[in-house]
Amino acid sequence: MPVDTSFAGRAYPPGDVYVVSREKLREFAEATGAVHPAHTDVDAARALGHRDVVAPPTFAVVIAQRTEAQYVDDPAAGIDFSRVVHADERFTHHRPIHAGDRLRTALHVDAVTQRAGLSMVTTRCEIVDDDGAPVATVVSTLAVRPEDDA
Amino acid sequence: MSAAARPALADLAVGQEVARRTIAVDRARLVRYAGASGDFNPIHWNQRVATSVGLPGVIAHGMWTMGAAVAVVVDWVGDPAAVVDYQTRFTRPVPVPDPGEASVDVVATVGALDADAGTARIDLAVTVEGARVLGKAQAVVRLG
Repeated sequence: MPVDTSFAGRAYPPGDVYVVSREKLREFAEATGAVHPAHTDVDAARALGHRDVVAPPTFAVVIAQRTEAQYVDDPAAGIDFSRVVHADERFTHHRPIHAGDRLRTALHVDAVTQRAGLSMVTTRCEIVDDDGAPVATVVSTLAVRPEDDA
Repeated sequence: MSAAARPALADLAVGQEVARRTIAVDRARLVRYAGASGDFNPIHWNQRVATSVGLPGVIAHGMWTMGAAVAVVVDWVGDPAAVVDYQTRFTRPVPVPDPGEASVDVVATVGALDADAGTARIDLAVTVEGARVLGKAQAVVRLG
């Protein structure tokens, strides 16, 4: 089934709260080789003026990919993950993410385009805090190869 | 570590190299990243699945490479929160052998300076065996 271009412009309201934990930040930092002490050491983070340990710059992908799943895993969207290649990713941080943050994420399907059988799907996650203040914007584009190009 | 250690915008020049690092990645690293990130796509840990979809073998998560590369910038700038924007394109997969490891070279240079905004754009050249694996990898950092 081809990628359904009619999903372009769809918006999904924020779902469950994601609670950022120190241990998840530690896991993510260690996995990516992010050795700066502010990711794992509360005293080091506070010495820089933070209230708690700080997320690495790409940590928001954990929240974004969960949120994107409600679209990309929807069979009606027609996105076959065996033919997907990650094309690009962008994080814009409106403020740092700290352990203890309670975050909600709205999902927008910004574009679904097709050219020569290749489909490009661009999603945007708008992450906000408990007060609704913006925290981060995550824009991701997937390329879906045509079925006869396996 | 103190905030005073942060580089000053006035001391930077476009084209200046500010940091470099070589990062090793093996299959165990990818399994760890899968668990930490929640991205369990089997092309990042299962040789059979990876080759069945036409890949040379298990490849690193693009998001692992993106995350590992920016750590170089975080360490240079001295505060993770200084990175206010970070983007890349994924231009080439990073095959990760077993046994063994792949070696990712990261070189960070000053791409642009914005005195009014108090920011520097740091451009990352990320290569494996001399071939670029990330394209337009740019981190905007806020400097005091």
